Amino acid sequence: MSAAAGLTGLTLAGALAGLRARQFSAEEITRAHIAAIEAARPLNAFVLETPDKALEMARGSDARIAAGEAGPLEGAPIGIKDLFCTRGVRSTAASRILGEFIPPYESTVTANLWRDGAVMLGKLNMDEFAMGSSNETSAFGPVINPWRSAGSNRALTPGGSSGGSAAAVAADLVLAATATDTGGSIRQPAAFTGTVGIKPTYGRCSRWGVVAFASSLDQAGPIARTVEDAAILLKSMSGHDRKDSTSLPIEVPDFPAFVGRSPKGLRIGVPKEYRAPGMPAEIETLWAQGIAWLKDAGCEVVEVSLPHTRYALPAYYIIAPAEASSNLARYDGMRYGLRVAAPGLNGVYEETRAAGFGAEVQRRILIGAYVLSAGYYDAYYLKAQKVRRRIADDFATAFEGVDALLTPTAPSAAFGLGDNTADPVAMYLNDIFTVTVNLAGLPAISVPGGLDAGGLPLGLQLIGRALDEGTLFTLAGALEQAAAFRARPARWW
Amino acid sequence: MTIDVATVRKVARLAHIRQEEDRLAPLAAELSGILQWIEQLNEVDTDGVEPMASAVALALPMREDVVTEGGDAAMILANAPASRGGFFVVPKVVE
Repeated sequence: MSAAAGLTGLTLAGALAGLRARQFSAEEITRAHIAAIEAARPLNAFVLETPDKALEMARGSDARIAAGEAGPLEGAPIGIKDLFCTRGVRSTAASRILGEFIPPYESTVTANLWRDGAVMLGKLNMDEFAMGSSNETSAFGPVINPWRSAGSNRALTPGGSSGGSAAAVAADLVLAATATDTGGSIRQPAAFTGTVGIKPTYGRCSRWGVVAFASSLDQAGPIARTVEDAAILLKSMSGHDRKDSTSLPIEVPDFPAFVGRSPKGLRIGVPKEYRAPGMPAEIETLWAQGIAWLKDAGCEVVEVSLPHTRYALPAYYIIAPAEASSNLARYDGMRYGLRVAAPGLNGVYEETRAAGFGAEVQRRILIGAYVLSAGYYDAYYLKAQKVRRRIADDFATAFEGVDALLTPTAPSAAFGLGDNTADPVAMYLNDIFTVTVNLAGLPAISVPGGLDAGGLPLGLQLIGRALDEGTLFTLAGALEQAAAFRARPARWW
Repeated sequence: MTIDVATVRKVARLAHIRQEEDRLAPLAAELSGILQWIEQLNEVDTDGVEPMASAVALALPMREDVVTEGGDAAMILANAPASRGGFFVVPKVVE
């Protein structure tokens, strides 16, 4: 085992401290990660490795560190979900329809990361257009979870849609990763891989240059190994951007400063409607454990009611496909991406989109086109928007009496590849605890809380008031400390 | 609401996605299953509720109506499936 191997197991905070103290160079830690990525190809976490670019960026970081000009993330090698456009580097949204698309521009979130000195190791696998909960809709094939159930070789999903991001962080291939969350796509993969993931308040991170899925719900955020690492990365990713009209024109708080504070005196709500029928006993137990940990830390825990919870997923499956069918109309084979030759203009459109979109994306576009079509708009889309308001109002009422909510992140641990592909609705139910906050625009974080009987990680979710990520970082830090989650996947790849 | 094969054919045409004839019936069944599950929304009383279109209660920002960028034809065409003389080449639009 070379000394370099130890460099891939560091936290982001630890790596940044080591880089600043010149214990190792940005090039050394980058080379260690490049080697780890090459050895981990069976995980299929990356759709594009960019080792040459990574080394070039790392050398730039080393020069800036030497010159005393280091940025907050200087020299830290990270991974980027392939939904973020990166200038000069192929960006596909894991879809055939984007083909070999090479953006001539950089997304604002990734531009912020490079401004702060981060190093890009490559582009991470995901569900096609971020539509999926298991990574199985990717045109590049599914990511394999580095975790396996005890005594089994069965391939498990890392969750989705940010499955590549979560798997790469869990397997020590990157120090941290960017991800996006439209209905749970940061938090559910974080829960399935024993990592930390936060979806910030809608408008915190710019959507400019992020391939659009459902614009009123999409939000970027980090997946990392610790709460502090997530806070460090989110601070760099956030900030007002004039190129996104829904970007919030407000200052970014110093998120890492909230980690490690005492949560004493905070009031925590436990929503009774999240006690889903058929929830595994292990999830119930973990939830009760989370409540006990927060009480021990000095929080007051009360039951609250979010009466419209069960309507969140059906409302989401009108709103998200409607927005997607509109957003994805741009993929017509004319200006970029795939074009399939066929007779007539409409023929080219229809053949290109049939060949370029996978089955789940087609299904959602068709649902979206149907609910927006003449005669059905009021019955479906308008109704869903009204239910969305009811759900947001539920949260507003609950937050009159509490500072944050505690729930499980997902209704199960990681499941096997192929287990939920036969029935779309069964797959959609994975997001039952996460989707509500996307509709309301609220921030929520998933923290590893423990292991199930098979040794697979389970996550706890904290939901906060709009713009109150700081309280989430404080509470998540307290849970992380109490849980003392140290389990790591045994390396089989 | 169940969706029949004719409706799937129509929606697929609206969405510009060709579907094989033998895919229409399975798709109709899948989409009907999803829509039937969605219909539980009818249980919610939404009388007088203002529809929520955005999670951000912000007025859209305004700016001066001036040109901010441009002159990037080569960059814009770089990913085009076909281009010639600074233009996109597309199938014949008007017969």
